[in-house]
Formats: sequence, structure tokens, C-alpha cells
Amino acid sequence: MTPATAAEQAARRSYGRLVAYLSARSRDVAGAQDALADAFEAALTRWPRDGIPANPDAWLLTVARRKTLDALRERRRGEEAAAWLEWLAALETAPEAHALPDRRLELMFACAHPAIDAAARAPLMLQAVLGFDAATIAAAFLVAPATMSQRLVRAKAKIRQAGIGLQVPARSELAERLGAVLSAIYAVYADAWTDAAGTDPRRRNLAEEAIWLARLVASLLPQEPEALGLLAQMLYSHARRAARRDADGVYVPLTEQDPALWEGRLIAEAEGLLHLASSHHRIGRYQLEAALQSAHVHGRRSGSVDWQAVENLYAALCELTGSPVAALNHAVALSRTAGAEAGLARLDALAAHAQLDDYQPYWAARAELLGQCGCLVEAGTACERAISLESDEAVRAFLRRRAAAWGPQ
Amino acid sequence: MEYMLLIHADPAGFAALSEADAAAAMAAYTAYTEALVKAGINRGSNRLQPADMSTTVRVRGGKTEVLDGPFIETREQLGGYFLIDVPDLDAALSWAARCPGASHGSVEVRPIWDMSGQ
Repeated sequence: MTPATAAEQAARRSYGRLVAYLSARSRDVAGAQDALADAFEAALTRWPRDGIPANPDAWLLTVARRKTLDALRERRRGEEAAAWLEWLAALETAPEAHALPDRRLELMFACAHPAIDAAARAPLMLQAVLGFDAATIAAAFLVAPATMSQRLVRAKAKIRQAGIGLQVPARSELAERLGAVLSAIYAVYADAWTDAAGTDPRRRNLAEEAIWLARLVASLLPQEPEALGLLAQMLYSHARRAARRDADGVYVPLTEQDPALWEGRLIAEAEGLLHLASSHHRIGRYQLEAALQSAHVHGRRSGSVDWQAVENLYAALCELTGSPVAALNHAVALSRTAGAEAGLARLDALAAHAQLDDYQPYWAARAELLGQCGCLVEAGTACERAISLESDEAVRAFLRRRAAAWGPQ
Repeated sequence: MEYMLLIHADPAGFAALSEADAAAAMAAYTAYTEALVKAGINRGSNRLQPADMSTTVRVRGGKTEVLDGPFIETREQLGGYFLIDVPDLDAALSWAARCPGASHGSVEVRPIWDMSGQ
């Protein structure tokens, strides 16, 4: 990590702590952001240049106080002045010197509250907890900046006006509500991953920030196995990022990746987390997905994948989530344990899912299994369909090579 | 914070209940109201006459128009409300879920606009 990146991250961590602290009682996330905006901007400019201050929180608070005073002196009148005075009081009384209570988990639960539009939850987390601006978030989620701004403004107004508390939910609701927090974090990560080539530095940055959020939740709720499972899953995936492309930028599927290119440290951490999670004996989606990654990692390292274990894990995932994507993966695993015909039969049973009709991996899997069954013409057609649905040129090239293998011979 | 729990339900459903079931439904509401009072959060509640008993008023261009019936005709209509005072939305939602109306219709939880500072 370069010093500039480290400085930016320090500024984001501190910003998130302060937004969470300041909005904890008022529920006014937008107001807290306004009160900190100038100070945060100054930190993003100055810390990479001058170095990270010894106490980042105190630095931001001091600058925020000064800026708020400036704003008051300059032009604020009436109601607006009253609001700024209130923020000044909040900034004045905030504890300093590493004593700031960490309310970020509470803020994340508010961002992912079921009363918040599901499409706004991950973006809101990125903005409130990490200080990303609406334009960057809009780019990551492929939404027009104006639309994203509006979505964020509305979500923040809802927290304040509908009285959404910044708190960790009661035990009876924790599992379900934690699910929403984890799924928002996963959305940040998955979205960053769609730019697998890593051509967009903003998105690459987001993948690391998502991992950081998952780490924060896992460290604050270590008794929740799904929080550990999500972090493990993301670490397995992140550990392999360098192996997903060859020197020419061509996509390399997991089964052909060079394990020497994987980041062993991250994989070891993921294995440890998964082990710890399983000791709680409360299985869930993210633990199953992490276990699948683990099985593939071991398979690639040892040269033989335990397909029976993979098939069982996918079967459990289908049972748990009812997701057609999990069912698709189950079909592929089944083709390894029971033969291509069995896998193809399972795929045929899924054909009715509208969601899969436009899903590239469905057609790619279909092509693969048809090819194995000797139905070369159908395999070629399915592969063409897969290519037409893929936008990543590296993956298209990979699929074209497969199509050529089944072409007229 | 104050929240209005607005009970939306199909009045035909209640009308179709047997006498015993209707009595049980009323008893559920009575018990719920008592629970709110006991918790010290009840700020008022009422059952409303059916929507076809309502009259809508609007003033357009200085002229008062009086129309028979509700503003919007839907199968589910506003059947009653509870006004409660609780710390936050989660508390309001948990009370809303306990409201009998949530089981036979739906309960809209609407924060009251605090006019005290304005």
C-alpha cells in the first residue's frame, strides 16, 4: 500500500467513526456529513501529502470545529445558524484522543434497515461509513449520478424522519437484520468484482473497502458465524485476484489457475475464519459459499477436487437460498459426480427460470455439458448465446476458444 | 417519537366473519389497546366507519367541491388507527406487528410530523 493510499484510508476510517458518533443520537446522517465535509476534504488533500496525523479523529474534529465557526460567522442566519450551532456543540463535546466510542456497527445497521430501499443500502454504507462521494458510488453501481444522489438523500431523510435508530437490533432480530448488513457489504464487493480486469481503480478500491467493512463487522460480532463466513468468502476470492488473468489479460477459470499466484496469507486467514465459524454450528449462506471456495482451493492445490463435497455443499445452498444460480452450480457439480447427462437433466429442469435465460454462466455451463454429451451443434449454439450475453472481452475470448472446440469438425 | 399506525383492511373480510369470530377479532383489538395503555405509549385510537360513509372535500379555484366517498377507491381501506409514542421506528414496527390488523390486513407506520420546532 502506498503512503497516499494509507492516508486516504486513515481519513475514511476517521470520517466513518465521526459520522457514526455524531449521528448516533440525532439520527441526522446528512447533517453530520455536512458538519464534517470541509474537514474531510482537507484531510483527503493534506494527509497524503503531509502524512497521517498522530490522532486522526482529533485532527478532523479540530478542523470541523473551525470550519463550522467560519460558516457561522460568515453568513448563517436564523434556522440555519441554529442547526450549525447545534453541530458546533456536538463537535465541541466529542471525546478526543482515541476515546471516541465506535458506533459504526450501529450506523451500518441503520443503513441496511429494512425500512430503507434495498437499492440504497450498500451505497448509503459506502457514503456514510467510508465517505465516498455520490459520483464514485454511482459509477460503481452503474447508475446515473443524479439518480444515486437522490437515492442517498432520500435514504438519509428516511433515517431521520422515520426515526430509524442507530442501534444493534435485539437478539431476536439480529440474525435477519445482520443478513441485510452482510448482503449490502457483499453487494459492494460483488460490484467491484464485475470489473475483474481491474481497469477501473475506483472499483478495485471498493473491493478492498468492502473487505474492510466485512472485517469490521466480523471483529465487532465475532459470535455471528455468518459475519465470519462472509469475510472468509471475500478473502478466498480476493486472494485469487492476480491469477484470474494471464499475462495477456485472458480470463483464467479457477480450475486452470496457478495456485502460486494466489495470496497464501489471505487464504490461510479465510481457512481460519471458516473453521471458527463452523464451530458455532449455525450454518448459513456465506459459510457454505466460503466452504465451496475452500474445496476448490484445496482441489486446485492437491490436483483433485472433492466433487462429492462440492455437490453436497451446492445442494445445501440450493435448499437454503432457493437461488437458481446455486441450482445451476449444483447441476455442474452433479455432472462431475454422476456424469454429464445427469448434470444436463438438472439444467433442463432449470430452463423455466427467466432469471437464467439472460445469465451467461447458465449458457456456458449448458454448452460445456452438451459438448461432453457429444451434442456438438447444440453446444456451439449455447456457447454463442453465452458470448452474446458477456460484456467482458477477456471472458468472451475464453468462451470463443471453447466454442471453437465444439465447432464443425 | 410519535407514530400513527394506520390499519388498512378489506371491510368485506370482517363482514363475512361469523358472530363468534367477529367477537374474537374485537377482543383481540381490545387486548391490544390495553397492552398499549399499559406500556404507557397510547396517544389515541379509533375505529373508522367504512369508506363508503366518507365524504371528500377539496377546494379548487376558490370553489369547494364535496364528493361522496373516499379520495381513492381500493379494496383495502383505512379502517382505524392507533397513535403511539415510542423511542424509534423499530419499537413502532414491533408494536405494529402485534396489532391484529397486521394479521388480517396491513399496518402502515407513519411518523408524525413534529411541528413543535416550527
